[in-house]
Amino acid sequence: MIDIIGMVFIGTGLAFDVLGCLGLVRLPDVYNRLQAATKCVTLGTCSILFGTFLMAGGFTPTGFKALIAIVFLVLASPVAAHAISRGAHRAGIKLWDKSVVDSYAEDKEGEK
Amino acid sequence: MKSRILMFVFAFAVWCILCWVPDTQHLIAGAVVALIVAAIMGSMFVTRPHMLFNPIRVFYFLFWYIPIFIWELVKANFDVAYRVIHPSMPIKPGIVRLKTELKSDTGLTFLANSITLTPGTLTVDINKDDGILYIHWINVVGSDPETTFREIGSRFEPMLKKIFEEDVVK
Repeated sequence: MIDIIGMVFIGTGLAFDVLGCLGLVRLPDVYNRLQAATKCVTLGTCSILFGTFLMAGGFTPTGFKALIAIVFLVLASPVAAHAISRGAHRAGIKLWDKSVVDSYAEDKEGEK
Repeated sequence: MKSRILMFVFAFAVWCILCWVPDTQHLIAGAVVALIVAAIMGSMFVTRPHMLFNPIRVFYFLFWYIPIFIWELVKANFDVAYRVIHPSMPIKPGIVRLKTELKSDTGLTFLANSITLTPGTLTVDINKDDGILYIHWINVVGSDPETTFREIGSRFEPMLKKIFEEDVVK
């Protein structure tokens, strides 16, 4: 029974990871791609790891490692996305043509 | 000093979990590594240790913040999935300002991370002095302060304010 639940978690995780990668290909600029990459890949990978935790039989050595990996992934992935997007904006990468507003550029103009 | 001790305990616990089941050899190596880590990085770990030992704050964090956070994360995934799969890609991106009243580093970090993992938003930069977060929004509804607060900030900010900022919690 617990194996089936674990399999369901791993399947859901894989589906979300595939959607995240699809987003990386389809969306227009670096910021939109980061959105797809952080959200879908975080939940997808966490879901796979949780499935592993269940299938490894709960609190065994493998299960513990999977749980720790979930915590670090949730903490690290938004920080990485924040660093990449900030670096990209500072390096002068433009937003997509059809973007509506860019308050960040407005506030940064006087700084240089 | 308190922060260094906490860092040591935390690093040592993580080490023990990573090499479960621990034996003497692992424990000695772990203690040495945790000591080095605590000596170098310890002073940055927590600035206000008393916050960590307040049971009400911990309770709010575990049973109020985390369930809402997971729910928003799942919603965010379906939102992104919908935008990616839809043939005409219904996106309207832009970077907007969000005013925040949070002051502490921990509170701001958690707010920025929560915003990144919730539907359609990604924190680009923080201006701590003015309390402004720059947020890339995949579907801009409006760029005036009221709209951004209502749509983005109102989900997490009051909660994080209660957990990390207020002097007295009930």
